[in-house]
Amino acid sequence: MSITTKPGSRPFDEMYDASGAIRPHYQPYAAWLEGTPRQLIDRKRSEADIAFHRVGITFNVYGAEGGKERLIPFDLLPRIIPGEEWRALERGLAQRVRALNAFLGDIYHGQEILRAGRIPADQILNNAQFRAEMKGVDVPGGLYSMIAGIDLVRAAGADGKGEFFVLEDNLRVPSGVSYMLENRKMMMRLFPDLFSRYEVQPVDHYPDLLLETLRAVAPTGVLDPTVVVLTPGAYNSAYFEHSFLAQQMGVELVEGQDLFVQDEMLYMRTTQGPRRVDVIYRRLDDDFLDPLAFRADSMLGVPGLMRAYRAGHVTLANAVGTGVADDKSIYPYVPEMVRFYLGEEPILNNVPTWMLREADDLAYVLEHLPELVVKEVHGAGGYGMLVGPASTKAEIEDFRLRILAAPEKYIAQPTLSLSTCPTFVEAGIAPRHIDLRPFVLSGGKEIRMVPGGLTRVALKEGSLVVNSSQGGGTKDTWVVD
Amino acid sequence: MLSRTADHLYWMARYTERAENTVRMLDVSYRMSLLPHANGDDHGNWRAILDISELTEAYARTGRPLSARDVIEFVLLDRGNLSSVWNCLRAARENAHAVRGKLTGEMWETTNATWLKIRDLTPEGLQDMDLGGFFEWVKFRSHLLRGVTVGTMFHDDAFQFARLGTFLERADNTARLLDVKFHALMPAGEDTQGATDYYRWGSLLRSVSAFETYRQVYRDVITPYKVAELLMLNDAMPRSLHACLDEIVDILGQVANSRSCETIRTAGALHASLHYGSMDDIFAVGLHPSLEKFLACINTLGDRISNDFLMPVAHA
Repeated sequence: MSITTKPGSRPFDEMYDASGAIRPHYQPYAAWLEGTPRQLIDRKRSEADIAFHRVGITFNVYGAEGGKERLIPFDLLPRIIPGEEWRALERGLAQRVRALNAFLGDIYHGQEILRAGRIPADQILNNAQFRAEMKGVDVPGGLYSMIAGIDLVRAAGADGKGEFFVLEDNLRVPSGVSYMLENRKMMMRLFPDLFSRYEVQPVDHYPDLLLETLRAVAPTGVLDPTVVVLTPGAYNSAYFEHSFLAQQMGVELVEGQDLFVQDEMLYMRTTQGPRRVDVIYRRLDDDFLDPLAFRADSMLGVPGLMRAYRAGHVTLANAVGTGVADDKSIYPYVPEMVRFYLGEEPILNNVPTWMLREADDLAYVLEHLPELVVKEVHGAGGYGMLVGPASTKAEIEDFRLRILAAPEKYIAQPTLSLSTCPTFVEAGIAPRHIDLRPFVLSGGKEIRMVPGGLTRVALKEGSLVVNSSQGGGTKDTWVVD
Repeated sequence: MLSRTADHLYWMARYTERAENTVRMLDVSYRMSLLPHANGDDHGNWRAILDISELTEAYARTGRPLSARDVIEFVLLDRGNLSSVWNCLRAARENAHAVRGKLTGEMWETTNATWLKIRDLTPEGLQDMDLGGFFEWVKFRSHLLRGVTVGTMFHDDAFQFARLGTFLERADNTARLLDVKFHALMPAGEDTQGATDYYRWGSLLRSVSAFETYRQVYRDVITPYKVAELLMLNDAMPRSLHACLDEIVDILGQVANSRSCETIRTAGALHASLHYGSMDDIFAVGLHPSLEKFLACINTLGDRISNDFLMPVAHA
């Protein structure tokens, strides 16, 4: 089959250059596609749907009817990244995560960056995500976000080249890695011949890297640590992933009720009696971890966990209090963190951001709402945001009132023309906007990641919102050499 | 392994086994109801079904008549009857879902597919169906899950707890079936050694897949005495109480922990009573009191297993 809908000239397209020619790294794919009948692709697509359903790779959508399990649409056309491009990203990601971890260590200890006046102190100390409980607590390796998901987008630069920007850091409980792994498995099963045309760098060893990372941050003196994955339970939207990762790592998937603390030591209840737990890969927000320390009404956590944690008897990955570094109000300062802690220039750039608590920024943004994207500082998952160009006048005016009521709760960014990638749609193949979430693992001295990450795609024509909770889909992501 | 994981596996197996035995009981009653009535009373037959599962009161509250169709619907599909086959298969699937990371892909797909098939079945849908065929289907789904478990699951403690659930439930269900059917077919004072109603006793044997086995073991007419012996004391008969206790004692020995001494002793004593017991002694006490004692003991054993290994809260 051939591609009939050519992308427009404006956004950067991953497959076509500005003149409409196929970029070199997509040429073998295009040749394969040319020789493959549409019926075959359609058959493969229903095969994939059936397989995903049967295995139950589902996603619970909050607010949807009865919290129904739903499949995340999977697009069969891969997003391909040339090896050299990836290696540059990899350096930038490692640098950024290193700086973010240094920042977290600093603000929970000496707070030098505040004393140096690089970030306004009230921005940190009065931030709801700042956890005073963590002040002076030493964490193994000085690492706070061992598992980070950094959202990247690519926009067309002035010279027509695509430039990557960091849109968001996810340092608390980033999810999506199971889709990255399952998407690859599915692609290899559906199109084995494609993989003979490309040297696609493998990603399947992610659970191995994750386990190594978690073992590396065990409390001092623990030689053979017991690692567990802590899930809020089977009704959580990412339960499939929790269960999948625990299984792939060969560790127990526990719920709060399986754990208890005695004399500041953490145990799990097993058929052979209590057993010590050393490292928790927790997929539960800070608020729910320990009803004695945080939300008293949490039934999901473990009473006394914070005491065991602060005593250094158990490691939480990620640490408590990482939210203060991935808050959207702190995001504008990350390049400054790179300079301050590492003495380096950031390799990856931020998207220019207006902070609405600043009077000048607020005035500018209010004047330019129809062009901008406005986000709630604490929002996530594509909820609570305004995409100016895609909104009606009424929606914009409504949002204006919300901003005016509490400007400090918002930031604004230019509407980036996210790069597009050809995607299978009803009518054939058409460009759709995409982003990329690589997963960055910090354990011991090294920072490691598997090549690529999760590519999310906004399936609605023209839409810039890729979140799965908002009808986004995913693609397999290939780093090729 | 995690106590909660063991708990889910144990109940997944128990609920599946319960669903299977429930249709076995329905099947025998259904077959008997097709025979010419010995005493013109079909109601007793269906009341017995409810008695077996201790559902008589719950059924009375529904206000339904004691007709074949109503009882079958209630026992198979009633959403409000927690012991219905529908609810058992739902519970089996929910337990499997909670620990799907510990199941092999085939195990999960088997339980999930079973549930998806029965989930939307309504009483109206049931009427268009061949009942015998549906009973067979439930039985075979249970066979499939058990086979897939044995054939694909790593034989570690997780596996042992799934098996424990199967045999504890089966011991309970066989004892109930025998107790109720014996009473219904064998009015007090009749000679248990004499030849009796071939068809009714034959359907009882068939309901536990033991008809041919009976012939092979005894090469004789069907007598209530021997039927009871086969289903209670014969350790080669896979649904007999003795065979179930063989497995339970063996598994408890393998998963033993520092708290489980008394549980193992309880199981051992029960096993010994079957291993060294004789039918003459059992009938001397009375079959019904003996089975009642057995069921109470199985119930205690279940509680003890939950307390020692699983989640202490009472489930069922």
